[in-house]
Amino acid sequence: MSADHIHKTYKLYLGGGFPRSESGRSLKIEKASRSASRPPQILAQIARASRKDLRQAVEAAQGALGPWARARPMLRGQILHRMAEMLDARGQEFEDLLVGFGLSDRRQARLEVEVSCDRLLWYAGWSDKLGQVLGAVNPVSGPFFDFSQPEAMGVVAVYPTERPALLSLVSTLAPVLVGGNSSVFLIPYEAGPVAITFAEILATSDVPGGVCNFLTGTRDELLTHFAMHRGFSANFLVSDDPREQKLVSYEAADHVKRGKMVPQGTPALWRSNACQGLDWISPFLEIKTTWHPIGL
Amino acid sequence: MRPTHPLADAPKTFDYAPSLEDRSIVEIKDRYRLYIGGEWVAPSTRQYFPTQDPSTEETLSEVAKAGPRDIDRAVRAARRALPGWAQMKGSARARILFAISRILQERAREFAILETLDNGKPIRESRDIDVPLSAAHFFYYAGWTDKLDYALREPGHRAAPVGVCGQIIPWNFPLLMAAWKLAPALACGNTVVLKPAETSPLSSLLLVEVLEEAGVPPGVVNIVTGAGETGAALVAHEGVDKIAFTGSTEVGKAIQAKLAGSGKRLTLELGGKGAHLIFEDAPLDQAVEGIVRGIFFNQGQVCCAGSRLLVEESVEAKVMELLKNRLSTLRVGPPLDKNTDLGAIHSKEQMGRVRSYLQAGQDEGAVLWQAFFEAPKKGFWCPPCLFTNVTPSMKIAREEIFGPVLTIQSFRTPQEAVALANNSNYGLSAGVWTDKGSKIFALSQQLQAGVVWANTFNQFDPASPFGGYKESGFGREGGLHGLLPYLAQR
Repeated sequence: MSADHIHKTYKLYLGGGFPRSESGRSLKIEKASRSASRPPQILAQIARASRKDLRQAVEAAQGALGPWARARPMLRGQILHRMAEMLDARGQEFEDLLVGFGLSDRRQARLEVEVSCDRLLWYAGWSDKLGQVLGAVNPVSGPFFDFSQPEAMGVVAVYPTERPALLSLVSTLAPVLVGGNSSVFLIPYEAGPVAITFAEILATSDVPGGVCNFLTGTRDELLTHFAMHRGFSANFLVSDDPREQKLVSYEAADHVKRGKMVPQGTPALWRSNACQGLDWISPFLEIKTTWHPIGL
Repeated sequence: MRPTHPLADAPKTFDYAPSLEDRSIVEIKDRYRLYIGGEWVAPSTRQYFPTQDPSTEETLSEVAKAGPRDIDRAVRAARRALPGWAQMKGSARARILFAISRILQERAREFAILETLDNGKPIRESRDIDVPLSAAHFFYYAGWTDKLDYALREPGHRAAPVGVCGQIIPWNFPLLMAAWKLAPALACGNTVVLKPAETSPLSSLLLVEVLEEAGVPPGVVNIVTGAGETGAALVAHEGVDKIAFTGSTEVGKAIQAKLAGSGKRLTLELGGKGAHLIFEDAPLDQAVEGIVRGIFFNQGQVCCAGSRLLVEESVEAKVMELLKNRLSTLRVGPPLDKNTDLGAIHSKEQMGRVRSYLQAGQDEGAVLWQAFFEAPKKGFWCPPCLFTNVTPSMKIAREEIFGPVLTIQSFRTPQEAVALANNSNYGLSAGVWTDKGSKIFALSQQLQAGVVWANTFNQFDPASPFGGYKESGFGREGGLHGLLPYLAQR
């Protein structure tokens, strides 16, 4: 640490603001020193979110849900586009963060930022097409006008993975948001600084406060509380761990939650088109069918 | 418990002469075994249980109780039949499904009578709704069999079946629910183990004759009868790739928990507590018909029933008057009589549940009104019931009663109506009555329900997706959306 460097504090992203954890706890992110005799170097402190932070985040997400779900689809698309603009402009910073926190090498970090921008744009274009691709006018055998349309499902609990920190965050966030859901993310420990920096992009892209909330901390501590919270309508879990998969899907039954699970994968897999698709959006949409009689 | 209706002594309507359907055209066997691998086989449990006519408590037949060994046998039969059925040309499968639909139409009267006998529902409903809609479902999905790739959303993939499907259906629409489950599953090339409800198995068992005549190969559809344990064994069987369940939210949650981490696919169509909103600008006479259709159709034993009536305060008194008058003309009586509007409650158990809610409502301070009727000496009966003085926290306003019981609350603003409507763990259906188009769209967007009926209620069609939000389950049945749970993409 030197005098020409301003120390940066990574806090939570909650209801559109950046508070510390109500618990006052934090976690160190350290880098081992080259020589065994010297202590590890402290890279940053991140907030260690508590169960109470989770409760507040869910309340914020519930409050933000209605207006976001009913926002004009093109507006949601433009906001996702804005996120890509901001990420592109700050690309170097994210590359440095990924490398600096030991989450990626330089070459892969550059690719990760690039693909993250592409992915945001890809989803931005979906916002005003979902209704046409997933909806239908149903040819019923009676004098009725009958149509089905996708709608936001609710508040989604999202569990991205540590590597690739940025791309797994963007690849889970964009499909959840584009359909009009709000969300609370359980950010993996070491991805904290990258995620909270990305929250600065959300905060300056007109994503309404509360639509996305990031809790940093440890998955071990918070996973069960996330999985059991009845404020969530769905889970989006990135994990290869059968215990995590079972826990999240078992607890989901208590409130008939829906969801999607994807494997942890490799950075190369996350960069591929296998990690984007309409089937990443549709698990977080409900289909509503409306009937009305036809007659004079 | 039942107050005397003020018009009880006044002649309300002319008496109708009985007009009973002739049950002799249905042949009911004394005993049914399990249908596995294209054969009728005795259950390993060696046990049989009776199924009765809820309007007379007469035993109609007895059916086999399938145990875990029988489930295993059925799943193996379905697995053996899978490659042949899945690889059959779509157009050939289509012919078989079309044939099922046509044969059902040809034998419609027989099925309607059997359904009414085993279930207790009015013959008018089984004749005009259950059976024709069942045939229509097979016809609709028959057309999809050779067009499945068009249903896929991801470009560059081919449609493939999911595999062996375990399907568990309820007692309220026995044949129709069998059709809702079988038609899309078979259209996509899956094979099935179907478990009908223990109190209404007969129409599924008669359906076997239709399936065989239509040319469904042995093992493609297997029918195992039994109660909850039989269903649980099917859910737990490792050879099943997908479970589809229609029934109570309580059992649905248990199934979802059981399947956690198993990788099996699941769709759930569970309970409901449908809100039915009546605004002051609605055509009230029509709305009253909608209310009646919403809650007294099939004695209210409908998951998507409009069981919570929300009326704009300014027209509450008028709606109550119209509704009571209308309910006084509904005929509760022998299900096989073509004049009957409400038949029997399906079972003794269900009757007990409805009674306990009628008591709970009064205990919590709600006021009960019942249409006048004289119950036959045997069978299970309940007249149309209305509860006023209802608050949202009461059991009768929160829990699914599954009977002819309507709770009535009033509201002053559309915002209040939406808040009341959405204040439920369920989200299957909702209804809105108003003459104003823009209001319909504003409200239908805000109502958390999988189906919104505007200026109508309880309409169903094979082309129209049906299914719930929230604790009413997930997945859709009907229409293109109803194919997706039964399709894999390669």
